[in-house]
Formats: sequence, C-alpha cells, structure tokens
Amino acid sequence: MSPYEEVILEHWRNPRNRGRLDKPDLVGVEVNPLCGDAVRLELQVAEGRVTDVRFDGQGCAISQAAASLLTELIRGRTVAELREMRDEELLSALGGVIPTRRNCALLPLRALRRALGG
Amino acid sequence: MDLARIRADFPILARRENGRPLIYLDSAATSQKPVPVIEAEARFYRERNANVRRGIYLLAHEATELYEGARRRIAAFLGARPEEVVFTRGTTEALNLAAWALGETRLAPGDRILVTEMEHHANLLPWQEVTRRRGAELRAIPITPEGHLDLGAFRRLLDGRTRVVALAHASNVLGTINPVPAIAEEAHRVGAVVVVDAAQSVPHMPVDVGELGADVLAFSGHKMLGPTGIGVLWAQAELLEAWPPLLTGGEMVREVWLEGATWADPPARFEAGTPPIAQAVALAAAVEYLEGIGMEAIRAHGEALTALALEGLLARPFAEVYGPRDPRARGALVAFNLKGLHPHDVATLLDQEGICIRAGHHCAQPLHRKLGIPASCRASFYLYNTREEVEAFLAALDRAWEALR
Repeated sequence: MSPYEEVILEHWRNPRNRGRLDKPDLVGVEVNPLCGDAVRLELQVAEGRVTDVRFDGQGCAISQAAASLLTELIRGRTVAELREMRDEELLSALGGVIPTRRNCALLPLRALRRALGG
Repeated sequence: MDLARIRADFPILARRENGRPLIYLDSAATSQKPVPVIEAEARFYRERNANVRRGIYLLAHEATELYEGARRRIAAFLGARPEEVVFTRGTTEALNLAAWALGETRLAPGDRILVTEMEHHANLLPWQEVTRRRGAELRAIPITPEGHLDLGAFRRLLDGRTRVVALAHASNVLGTINPVPAIAEEAHRVGAVVVVDAAQSVPHMPVDVGELGADVLAFSGHKMLGPTGIGVLWAQAELLEAWPPLLTGGEMVREVWLEGATWADPPARFEAGTPPIAQAVALAAAVEYLEGIGMEAIRAHGEALTALALEGLLARPFAEVYGPRDPRARGALVAFNLKGLHPHDVATLLDQEGICIRAGHHCAQPLHRKLGIPASCRASFYLYNTREEVEAFLAALDRAWEALR
C-alpha cells in the first residue's frame, strides 16, 4: 500500500462538494489540534435522507481527500444508515490508509458523527 | 571525526525501512544511543544494582559511588560543582522545579517574569502557572522576522520588577542560538535570575556554565546519547540552598518527626525517592563518549550538515525555511515547509524512503502562531549523520513535492 493511493491524490487535487450550503440542517466540525487539520461538514436532510452535502477545511492531503470522498459516500443515504457507518468503509474507499495516518483519514468521519449528534 | 567508526557504535543505524537504510533526522526529539551507553546501563543492572545512599553493604556502597561519580562527571562536563547538579526526570521536570522554587522564594504579586516567543512549552507553561499562582506578570520577548530575539524589546521589557528571565539557549524550531551571556549581564543588572533551557544546546556544543553566565540551566539525557528518564538541573549553589523541595519523601531529609522535618542539603534535597541510578551511570557514559569525540568537533559537524541542508532548502523555490540563514547562528536543525503541502504529508512521504523527520508544532505553538503556520517539518542532525544522508533528504523532498504538488 502506498500512503497516497491514486484515489487520495485525485480527491486532493480535485475536491468534490467543497464549500458551504445556504441552509444546512446539520453541521459537524472536527479539528486535530496537533497538526491544525480541520474539517467542517454540512448536510441537508429531507425525510431522514441526506439530499446535499458540502465540506470545508484545511490540512493534510489525507484528511482533505477523505473529506471529499466522504461527501460522495454519504449523499443519498439515510441518517440512520450513516449513524452505523464504520471506519473501515471510508478507509477502504480510500484504497487503504497506512497506520500512522489513519487518524487524519478519519477526521471527516468524526465530523460527520458530530453532525449527526453522536 | 571518523564517521564510519561512530556510526558502527549505534546499532539502530543498521535498521532498514522499506528496504532502505534508516536515515534518522530527528535527534532534536531524541538521540540514538551508542553501545557504550547501552552497555553502561545494562552493566549496572548486571553487576552493581542496589539502592543508593542508604545501604551499609558493599554493593550499595558501590552503587552510590557510581551514582555520585556520574554527578561529578557531568558537573565537570559543564564546568560546574557537583553539589550544584541535581538529577531530574528531564528538562521539563527541571524547569518546573526551578519555576516553582523561584515562585516560592522570589516572586511577589506585581513582579514580572520574561520568557521569549520561541520557547518550547516546557519553558513557557511552568512560568504561566507560577505567575498565575503568585499574581505576577508574564511577558514574552518578541522575535525579529529573521528569527532572532529582539534585544531592543528585551531592554524595554526588562525593568526593576523583573525577577526571572527564562529563555532557550538554542530554539528547537528556529535553531537560533540566543546570546545568553549578554542577556544574563543585563538581567543581572536589575537583579533578575536567568534560567536557560539548554535541551538543544548541551548535546551539540561546548557549554560551560561559568562562561554562559546563567543562574539555572536545564537539559535532558536522552537528547545527548543518554537514556530517557534522566535530566539535569544545574543552579548556582546559593539559589539551591534557598530553595524548598518540590517533592518530599525518602532520601531528601535530615531529620523527620511526626510533626515536621528538616531538609537535606542540595542536591539530595531535590532528589526525593529512588533516583534514576542506572540512567545517571549511563548518562555519564554518554558524556564520556561525547567528550571522547570532542564537543568542538561535534559542533563543527552539526554546523556543516546544517549549512548543507540550509543551502539545499534555500535553493528550492518551493521550500520555506524558518530561522536565521547563517548556520553559525543556529543549532543543528532546520525547520521548513514545502509550499501548500502539509508537514504530515511531507513526513509520511519521506518515511516511505526510510527518512525520519519531525512534523508538527514541536511543542512550540505560540511560535508557530507567530510564524503564521499551523505546523512545520523539522530535520535535525547529530554526530552520526552524514552529508550523504542530508543529500538523500533533500532529494526526497524533491520527490515529495513532485508527488503532491
């Protein structure tokens, strides 16, 4: 496993759904004070389902690529499903993440859990 | 310096990472250990282990002799008297003890303590705590854009209420070597005590406490080839004699009643409980090893590697370098960023090539805030590093830049 699989580089260079929503229903912010990485996730929810999503943030390639990819993974899914979302789903969608950097990759997922009130 | 011979003394340098030789450029965090140090600690446990200062039997006598012998060895290394050398857990404990004791003996409400903007948290937080507890004021001497202390600002901040000036001898991020003798002279003129965090200087250059002119000096064993769990607090005898102990318990008392106790003389007064005995013995072996090579030679080698790294970084337009440009003005380390890349990404890519550098805020958050960056990369060098390693590090930066830009 390379630390920067193509999927990570691709999302880092071309982030999806970066920005803010006009009226988000749910917002989650997570920061890592050790490195300054920060991710903000905004969700629009209708009838228990995520209809739109944006992320904003700063930090390393892995945390920002993971945030971008996460927005694609969660759009259209129900809040109930997302509450059950496991770390492994995001890590494997990223092509695997080396152990020293898993914390970076999971930062956006922690922001999502915060948004969902978990 | 015979680099091949020195490197052969450090078993860990034979380790390979991803099929490549390990290139260890994080000695400012902790140094690697040579066989004579590892063996000194092991030999103590195999042949001489007993508690110190209390046993009547021969083994305990020998252990005590080794422990006190280590103190004498380290005192001589610093140009100090053995009774002025207190063994602590490390720089952090030494600075906490000094801050607490100076707070107890010298600090009144409205008094002032000066630190600098480039301090490691270990030489900032103890002063924050003591000024808060005593109702005193904490001020920081600013740095110039080049990364030097602003001496004009220092003179404006230094006033008759200033009781302590606490500063790093060498910055762990900027590398800056601060002019301690000049600062001490001015601080003494207003009666302030000068406390020096020497964690990044004592391992790398000749340091003589008399020439330095400070009153208190702290450093760690593990950054100078010694074991973890031991450090040194050196302080002028008259200060130590006036200081109450921070920790109380066994071994630091003269007489104890149920209602009270009288303290032992320094340094024992500040070494409550069983001290790091094997670690002191191994630290003395580290000092012997360093002196065998020569601190002047170690300094020259560190300066040459830093010059090479600085030159290479400054020649790369995508790199941003922090701290003075002149290698003679800095310790054996360089902090930098690759523009637009997070330090953790740079460190991870270098790690793939077996190159260990530090990435983060290096326990100096206020300094990084001042520099306007959340974090930085840092490469630091020691006597076992080679020019080839520095060149490999620079070439790896080019590849990291290409991979992520």
